[in-house]
Parts: sequence; C-alpha cells; structure tokens
Amino acid sequence: MADENRNFILKIITPDRVFYEEEVSMVEFNTVEGEVGIYKDHIPMTMIIAPGILTITKGEEVKEAALHAGFTEVLPDKVTILAEIVEWPSEIDVDRAEEAKSRAEERIREHAPGTDMNRAELALKRAAARIETVRN
Amino acid sequence: MASMRDIKRRKGSIQSTQQITKAMKLVSTVKLQRAKQRAEQSKAYFNCMYETVTSMLAKCGNLNHPYLRAGQSGKKAVIVITSNRGLAGGYNSNVVKLVTKGDFKKDDVSVYAIGKKGKDALQRYGYHIMEENSDIIEEPSYVDAMAISRKLLALYATGEISEIYLAYTRFKNTVVHEPTLLKLLPVAASTDKGAAQDTDSKAMMNFEPEDEEALEMIIPKYVTSLIYGGLVEAVASENGARMQAMDSATSNAEEMIDHLSLMYNRARQGSITQELTEIIAGANAIS
Repeated sequence: MADENRNFILKIITPDRVFYEEEVSMVEFNTVEGEVGIYKDHIPMTMIIAPGILTITKGEEVKEAALHAGFTEVLPDKVTILAEIVEWPSEIDVDRAEEAKSRAEERIREHAPGTDMNRAELALKRAAARIETVRN
Repeated sequence: MASMRDIKRRKGSIQSTQQITKAMKLVSTVKLQRAKQRAEQSKAYFNCMYETVTSMLAKCGNLNHPYLRAGQSGKKAVIVITSNRGLAGGYNSNVVKLVTKGDFKKDDVSVYAIGKKGKDALQRYGYHIMEENSDIIEEPSYVDAMAISRKLLALYATGEISEIYLAYTRFKNTVVHEPTLLKLLPVAASTDKGAAQDTDSKAMMNFEPEDEEALEMIIPKYVTSLIYGGLVEAVASENGARMQAMDSATSNAEEMIDHLSLMYNRARQGSITQELTEIIAGANAIS
C-alpha cells in the first residue's frame, strides 16, 4: 500500500485552543490501562489518558509533548484527543516541574493523614512526564 | 421656562456622562472581541466532549451509575455565573431571575456564586450562599473550573447534594445572549431522536476501561468542561450586554442633548427678541 494511505488525521483539542491538527502516521501515549500506539484503521475506541509522553510520528518526523489528562476517541481514519492539559517541550518550565516532583514525593513519603494520595501520585506522574519530555 | 444658564449646565452634565458611556462602550467592545475569540476557540472542545458523552450515554444509558441518578437528599447546588460589575443592562438580573423564578425551593438551594452581583442579589432574596468565587470571572481558566467541579463532585459523591445546576448566560452571538439554566448532574440520558441519530456512526465504539469505569472518569471532565464553557461564554455575554447597554445610553444622551440644544437656542432667541423689543420700545418712548 502506498505510504500516504497509512496516514490518519490527528486532532488534539484543549479547552483553550486547537493544539494540533495534522495528518500523521502514528501516535503513542499513556492510557489508564497502559501505553498504546495507534496506527490507521484502529477499531473505534474511547480511552482515558494517564499522564505521560505523547509521541507523534509523521513520516520521518517525530514530535513529543507532555500529555497529562483527558480522553481520546479513536476512529479508523481519525483520532481526537480531548486533552485537559498538554504542553510542547518548549512550554514546560523544568524548574517548576522539578519542584512539583520533589513536593509530591515528599507528600507521598510522609503519608500524613488527610493527604489525598491519588492526587499526590497524579501530581508526581505529571511532573515526571514533564521532566522526561524536556530531557528527550 | 428654564433659564439659559440652567439648560446649559444640564447639557454639560449630560455631555460628560455621554463621554463616560462612550468610553465604556469602547472598552467593552474590545473586551468582547477577546472574550468572543476565546469562546469560539474553546467551542471545538465542548462540541467534541458533548458528542462523546451523548454517544456513551446512548450506548450505556441504562447503567445504574450514581452520576445518572438523582441522590436522595433533595439538596440542589446551583452555580450562578454573573459579573462583578454592573452597568450591563439586564445581564445580571436575568441570571438571578432564573434561580428565583425557577421551580427551586429556597431552602433546598445552596448557591455557589461566581460574580459579585449575582451573589449580592441572591443574598438579598434570602438564598443560602455556600461559597463565592468572584475573582475568577475576571480571567477564567480551566484550572478554576476544575477546582469548582472537584469540590461539587465530592459533595455529590457523599450524597450531600443530589443535583447540580449551572445558571449562566449563553453567548449565541454578539447581540443575542440567553440566560440559561443547565442541569449538570445527574446527567440526563437524553432520548432525543436527533442526538441518537447523530451518534449512530459511533455506535460501534469500544471503551477502555469498561463502560462504567470510563463513565466514572469522563463525567467529571464533562462537568468541568461545561463549567469552563459557562464561564467563558458568560464573560463574552457580559461584555456584549454592557456594550449594548452603553450603546443605548450613549444614543439616549445624544437625544437629550439634541433636545436641550433646541431648548437652549429657543431661549437664546427669545431673550434676544425680548431685548430688541425693549430697546425699540425705549427708543419710541424717547422720540
């Protein structure tokens, strides 16, 4: 099959803007069930996103972004990601992410009563995803 | 008839009021442009969110999930989005009316106010104000909406409140703004035919994780996005309403100034005529 036929439309929407809309060949991200990579002609599926790195492959070109929350709707020729928070590496403040990471780690270690562990863990994951995105 | 000086003074004061209303109109026009752009940019997100949720509900609307059922307590939380400042015509009072004239019982309602005007008015009517977050209407962000929805969902989960409503002004276009009362939770599993047809194409949708779990995770996002959408549209409507109110105030001032100018000129002419008559009469008396 010709190469361009293996492309599908990827649309990433945040509450404030359309973050990305282009034809791509593959997209990878984290869901609550684990990491997934999606090519064209995937079965229709709705998945919930977990904090992690979003990798967009478009031919030879590979782009990365930090994707934190939201859900995605996969159709055979179109993938729509409704992201609550998503950032390009250039938009990430590493110092702030490092700070958030150590803060979250501390909270988890202390495990003080009244701490929302789920929230702390999510914060830690978000910070880690941010830092990793920039490092790559 | 009022004296020339009185008329002139009155005209002057109306003129300076007109300058103020004109300036306010210009300011809100600029703000409206910005708010409108924001509202339009975020529309894509909400449309998509709405479609997904309706298609999910169409598929698994029979689930017995708490988000789809009203709780037992009968308490209702209403998020009231108004502005912090007045001079916007009927903008604020229309939203307040949704609550006071709606079929809510005063004792059952706890108000989560966003915007000072709405809070003040409802407090006067004797409603119970649970919380006020008036600052966020100046610059609504998604994080603010998240904080509110998280709080309300926690209360909903414990059964403290059984229904959540959102009262805001929908921004249809620059001149049409509709005060709207929206039921956020429990989500009404719509049996609307049009919606059902639209979602046919997505009927084959699979969910990962399973339906119920996915619903559990998506509904909070849905609620957050509706709150955020409400905030963004309310800001656009506020500026639209203010622009209209100030526009009509300016043209009313114009009308009054015209009328006063006419009166002033008549009085001036009258006084000149009178003076002339007096001089001629005086001259006649001498000769």
